[in-house]
This record gives sequence, structure tokens and C-alpha cells, in this order.
Amino acid sequence: MPHINLTNEYPGIRSLFIYRPETAAPMNALVQAMLHNPHPSLSAGERELIATYVSRLNTCKYCCNIHGAIAKHQLGNNGDIVQQVLSDPETAPISSKMKALLKIAAKVQSGGKNVLPADIELARSEGATDIELHDAVLIAAAFCMYNRYVDGLATWQPDDAELYDKMGEQRAREGYLTPPFKVATGDSQ
Amino acid sequence: MAHIQLNNDLPGIRGLMAFSPKTAEPLNALAETLLRNDDNTLSRGERELIGTYVSYLNDCFFCQNVHGAMAGHYLTCDIAQIDSIKHDFKSAELSGKMKALLSIAGSVQKGGKHVTQSQIEEARKNSATDKEIHDTVLIAAAFCMFNRYVDGLGTSAPTDRQFYINRAPQRALEGYQSSVYH
Repeated sequence: MPHINLTNEYPGIRSLFIYRPETAAPMNALVQAMLHNPHPSLSAGERELIATYVSRLNTCKYCCNIHGAIAKHQLGNNGDIVQQVLSDPETAPISSKMKALLKIAAKVQSGGKNVLPADIELARSEGATDIELHDAVLIAAAFCMYNRYVDGLATWQPDDAELYDKMGEQRAREGYLTPPFKVATGDSQ
Repeated sequence: MAHIQLNNDLPGIRGLMAFSPKTAEPLNALAETLLRNDDNTLSRGERELIGTYVSYLNDCFFCQNVHGAMAGHYLTCDIAQIDSIKHDFKSAELSGKMKALLSIAGSVQKGGKHVTQSQIEEARKNSATDKEIHDTVLIAAAFCMFNRYVDGLGTSAPTDRQFYINRAPQRALEGYQSSVYH
């Protein structure tokens, strides 16, 4: 049961976006700018992996599943990479630069001050640019917000891999600014 | 020294916003809606206090001083009073509702799942509405982002706390949408 009276036609953050459209607008604009819009060097799939990984560290089921599904669709329907990053980024088939950025993202998740000059130097030695460092930190920080928002109000977070995949496919294709489709729930009948 | 080359001398989040204007725009719009928009039953001062308290828990010097000065400006109290609320809001002269909401904000800072049903009931018992509970959770969550953004990139901030107090009235007047340009 959510802590406040939310619609049961949409799961997770979507139920909150419908409840308070005034704050949904900038939150959707932010995620669109960070994860979906063209980027000089990080692919949408790489940026979604950072979001998915931080959501897993924050144990947010909804965000981890939806961004994992979006990442999969952005990475040429390759769900294996997503699962490998979630179980251990170090051994996942991603670039050394991405591994260094995910390490920074994990530091941000545990607290901003935990990011040390050595973490930044490592990423730079793997070719990370200032823009990539900035964006990795901001994506990680922003998912510390989205995850807390979704869990802090105890939103409905279904266990339905197919549903997340379908929602993820839509977001990978359309971005974040189009309306969500309604999800039928048992108790809405 | 920030971890990246910002190419400006602006302090804290303002240097980051000038570096990345495309993300600055929604970040400022979110702050404006959450903290300053007057279509809200929580006063600006009360909302700034929630942001200040969470920034204190996250040990973010820049944010707790910017927003502490804003809270002090709106609530007409000095920085010593703001500090004593941060350190022990339960003994402060605040409404039962604000104490219940600050307690929820403190749980959100640790992680969303830390918010308990009994904290929500306590807030309701003190006549907090759904929207007030919603905004408290989102303000607390948003400061877990702002604080990590500011500290995760190692930004610099003026150490003189009077700097923040002096700037608060102007920020209150102009709002957050203009913060990149000043």
C-alpha cells in the first residue's frame, strides 16, 4: 500500500507523476536530458546502465527493472550485459572507461564525498572526459533522488518481467516525455 | 578545486549549472516548484528547512548554508537558531506537523524504505495532508541528489557563512530559475 492515495493504474514513479504533474515535468525533463537525448560520447545504453546499477545499489525494484529494460533495448536487445553489470561491473563485457564511471557512480550512491581524486584519475586514464565525469556523477545523484521518491512513498512495484520489458521498449523508443500506457491491476477491476 | 574543469568561478552547484546548462534548467525548475512555488500549504520557510536538514544529514556544506540562510530569511530567525533545529529538531519550537515531516525526511535521507507506516501515521495525526507528505519525501529525495551532485564533483564553496546569509534575500526575490546567471 502506498503511503499516500495514488492511482493504481500506473506503477512506480508513474503513479507519482500523475499525482503531482507540477514536479513530474522537471523530473521527466531531467531524465530525458541525462539519459535519452543525444550525448557527445556516451550512448543511451551506457547511460541507462549507470542508472540501472545505482538503482540496484539503492535496492529500488521499480527503477532497477524499468531502467534495466530500457538499457537492454538501447543496447540492441542485449539483456545479458545488463545482468552482468548488475552482478559485477568489473567482469562485465563493457569498456574500462565504463567500469571506472560505474565505480564513481557507486561512490556517489554511498555519498558525494566518497568520490576521491584517485577515482577521477582512474576514469581519466581510461579516457573519460569532463562531460562524462559530470554526467556519471549527476546520473548517479539523480537516481538517489528517483529511487528514494519511489520507495519513500511505497509505490506499487509489480513483479512482472514482461511488463517492465514492454514499458522499457516504449521508453527506449520514445524517450521519457510521452504518456505511459495504463497497466491493469487485480484490484482495479 | 572541483574534480572537473568548470571554466567558471561560481561556487557549489552554480558552477556545475553553468558547466551544464541543459541539465541546469530542469534542476532549477524542480527547486523552484518544490521550494518556492506558493501553491503549497507548507510555507517556503518550512520547505527550505526540510532541504536544510537533509543537507545537514548529508554533510553538504554548500547546500546546508544556502538553504539554511533561505530558511532563516523566510522564518525570520538567525543562523544559530537554524543550526539548533538541524542538530535537534525534536526539542525545537516547531509545530508537531513539522517535527513529524522532518522525521520522515530524515528517514528518506537514509533510504526510501526507511520511511515507516508509523511515521506516516504520526504526520497524519498532526494533520499533514497527502500532498505535504508527498512534497516532504520529494524535497528530501531531491536534496539527496543536489548534495551528491555538489560534493561528488568536489565543488568549492565560500567558507564564510555570512556570504550565504547576505545572498538569501536576493535569491528569495529572484527564485531559483535565475541562479545560473548570478
